[in-house]
Amino acid sequence: MALPSYATPVQRTYYYAYLFFCAVVFFFLIAPLFAIIPISFSVSPFMVFTEGMLAWPPDPEAWSLRWYKNMIGDCSADVVSSTVPCSTKWMKGTVNSFYIGTIATVIATALGTLAALGLSRPHMPYKGLIMAILISPMIVPLIITAAGMFFFYARINLVYTFTGVILAHVALATPFVVITVTATLVGFDMNMVKAAQSLGAKPIRTFFKVIMPLILPGIISGALFAFITSFDEVVVVMFMASIDQLTIPKQMWAGIRQEISPVILCMATCLVLLSIFLLTTVELLRRRSEKLRGIKAR
Amino acid sequence: MPIGDMLFRSVDDSQINGVFPNTFNEYKKWDKEKDELPPEEVYKALFEELAYGEKIQIGRALTRMNYSKSGWKSLIKTTSREIKKAVKKDELPNNYKEFLITANEKWADPTFWYAMGQMVNDATPIYYWNALDRTYDQDQNVVMQDEKRRIYIKTWIKTLKISVYVTIFCLILGFPVAHLLANLPLRYSNLLMIFVLLPFWTSLLVRTTAWIVMLQQNGVINGILVWLGILSDDGRLQLVYNETGTLIAMTQILLPFMILPLYSVMRVIPKSHMRAAQNLGAKPATAFWKVYLPQTIPGMSAGGLLVFVLAIGYFITPELVGGKDGKLIGHWIAYHLKTTLNWGLCAALGAILLGVMLIFYWLYNKIVGIDNIKLG
Repeated sequence: MALPSYATPVQRTYYYAYLFFCAVVFFFLIAPLFAIIPISFSVSPFMVFTEGMLAWPPDPEAWSLRWYKNMIGDCSADVVSSTVPCSTKWMKGTVNSFYIGTIATVIATALGTLAALGLSRPHMPYKGLIMAILISPMIVPLIITAAGMFFFYARINLVYTFTGVILAHVALATPFVVITVTATLVGFDMNMVKAAQSLGAKPIRTFFKVIMPLILPGIISGALFAFITSFDEVVVVMFMASIDQLTIPKQMWAGIRQEISPVILCMATCLVLLSIFLLTTVELLRRRSEKLRGIKAR
Repeated sequence: MPIGDMLFRSVDDSQINGVFPNTFNEYKKWDKEKDELPPEEVYKALFEELAYGEKIQIGRALTRMNYSKSGWKSLIKTTSREIKKAVKKDELPNNYKEFLITANEKWADPTFWYAMGQMVNDATPIYYWNALDRTYDQDQNVVMQDEKRRIYIKTWIKTLKISVYVTIFCLILGFPVAHLLANLPLRYSNLLMIFVLLPFWTSLLVRTTAWIVMLQQNGVINGILVWLGILSDDGRLQLVYNETGTLIAMTQILLPFMILPLYSVMRVIPKSHMRAAQNLGAKPATAFWKVYLPQTIPGMSAGGLLVFVLAIGYFITPELVGGKDGKLIGHWIAYHLKTTLNWGLCAALGAILLGVMLIFYWLYNKIVGIDNIKLG
C-alpha cells in the first residue's frame, strides 16, 4: 500500500509517521528478545552490557561461554563465581521438561484429535457447550485452573507426583490440539470416509489410512502447540510439583527470584532458538496443509 | 471438576463441624436474648469434645477458628491443657461452665461465643466476605475490616485498573500494526508477521526476564538514556519492580493477542471501501472514521476482551516484575495457597475472579463467538 503519487505533503507526513510508529511497535515487540542474547555471552556475573562488550573494536576478554558451561553442569573454577554457584539443576530441569512435555503432548494430541473429529461431525449434539468446556482451560486464568487442580489433586493424592503434573498439562494442552485439528478438518471431504468404508475398511483402518494422512499437518502443529504449552508452563508446576519435578520454567522462576544470574539468560537464549525453530515448523506445516486441502495459499 | 472442587472449598466449613458436632448442636439452642452466656450444656459438650477429640483434627479446626477471631488458638490451647489434666486425675468437674471459666476467663467473654456463631453451619460465606475486605462483628453483621487490614479491595481495583490500561495500550499500539500487516502485499506481511508471532511463541518467562534486563536500573533502556545524555548517571529511572514495569511488560506480552484478531478482521475489509468514500468527497480522516473504523469493531472487541481477560488473571509477570506495589490479585491467590494455607480464602478469591471472567467470556461469546479463536 504505497502512497499514491498525487498525495499531498500532509498525507505524506501522516504516512511516514504511521510507518515510523509501526516500526517502533515492531521494535518494542522484538527488541527485548534479542537484547538478552549478547548478554548471555558476557563474562560478568551481572545481567548488564559491560563496557568491554560495547567497546570498539570488541574486547575478546569481555565475552565468554562460561555461563553456558555453568548451565550444562560444568563446575570448573573459571565457570562459577561468588554470586553464581555451580548447579546441576538446569540439566535436571531440561530432562524433566522434555519428559513431562513429551508424555503430555502424546496424550493431549490423541485426546484432542479424537475430540476434534467428534466435534466436526455434522450432527454432534451440544457441540457449542462441549467446545466451550474443552476450550475453557485456555481462557480461564492459569492461576485459577492451577488452584482448582491443586485442591482437586490434593484430594486424590496426585500432588507432587509426575502423574499429577502430566495430567494437569494434558488438560491445559488439549484445547490447542482441538482448535488446530478442527481448523484442518474444515474443508475435509467427508465423502472420502464414506468411500473408504464402502470399500470395506473398518473405522480404525479408515482413520489411519485415510483421515490421518490428510490432517497430519494439523495434528503435528497441534502437537507442537501442546508441547510448547507444557514446556512453558510454570504456574501449575509451581503449585503441584516438588523438587523432583523441577522443570526449566520453574528453575528460571526460582532463578529470577533469588539469584539473578546470567545462566538464566543462557537458558532464555536456548528457548528463543527453540521457539524460532517451532515457529518455522508450524508455518511450513500450515502452508503444506493448505496445499493438501486445495485451499489457495493466501 | 477441579473448578467445582474449588467452589466447594470456598464455602466449606465441615471440617470444624466434624470436630465440635455436639457443641455446635447445643450452641444452636442458646437463646442470645435471654442469657448473656451460653447454657451449661454447651460448656459440657465443648469440654468433652476437647478432652476426647483427635489432636490433629482439633489443630486444623483451630486454624479455621482464628480466621473468624484472633485469640481462639491460645484460648483453646490453654483450656485443653487444663481439661487434659483434669481428665488424667479422673476429676470430672460438677460445673463445666465454672471449670472452663477458671481455666481461661475468656470463656466468660461473650464476643468469643458470638464469633463461634459464624462456624456452626456446614457452609459459610465468610471467605467471600474476607475476599472483599469484610468481616463479621459480634452481632453477625457484615462490616469492613480494620483500616490497615484492607488489602483485597485495593488489589481488585488495581487489577482492574492495570487490565484496562494494558487493553488500551495494546489497542493503541496494535491497531496501526494490524492495519499495516493487513494492507501490505503478502510477501512483506508474512515476513513482518514473524515479529508478532515470535514473541507469541516464546516462553513467557523468557520475555519477563528480558524485560527485567531491559528495564532495571543499569539495564538497557536506562543505559541508552544516560548515553544519549537525557538522564544523568544518578538520575536513572526506576522502571522495574513497580506498576510501570508491570504495565510495560504486560503490554508487550499481550500485544500479539490484540494484533492477531484485529489482523484477521482487517484482512477481509475490501480496500475499495476507503477509495469509494474518498471518491464521494470524504476527507481521508472522515473516510477512516466513518467507513473503516466501524468495520474493525468486531476485531477490536475480540482483541480487547481477550487481552483484558488474560490481563486480569495474570500472575507470573506481575509477580516477577511488579515488585511490592505491582502485585495483582493472582499474587494473593498463590500466597494463600502456598504460604498461609488458608485454602478457603484462596478458593473464594479464585471464585470471584472466575465470576468476573465468566461475565467477560459470555460477552466475548455474544460478540464474536467462541469458535473464532485462531492461533497464529
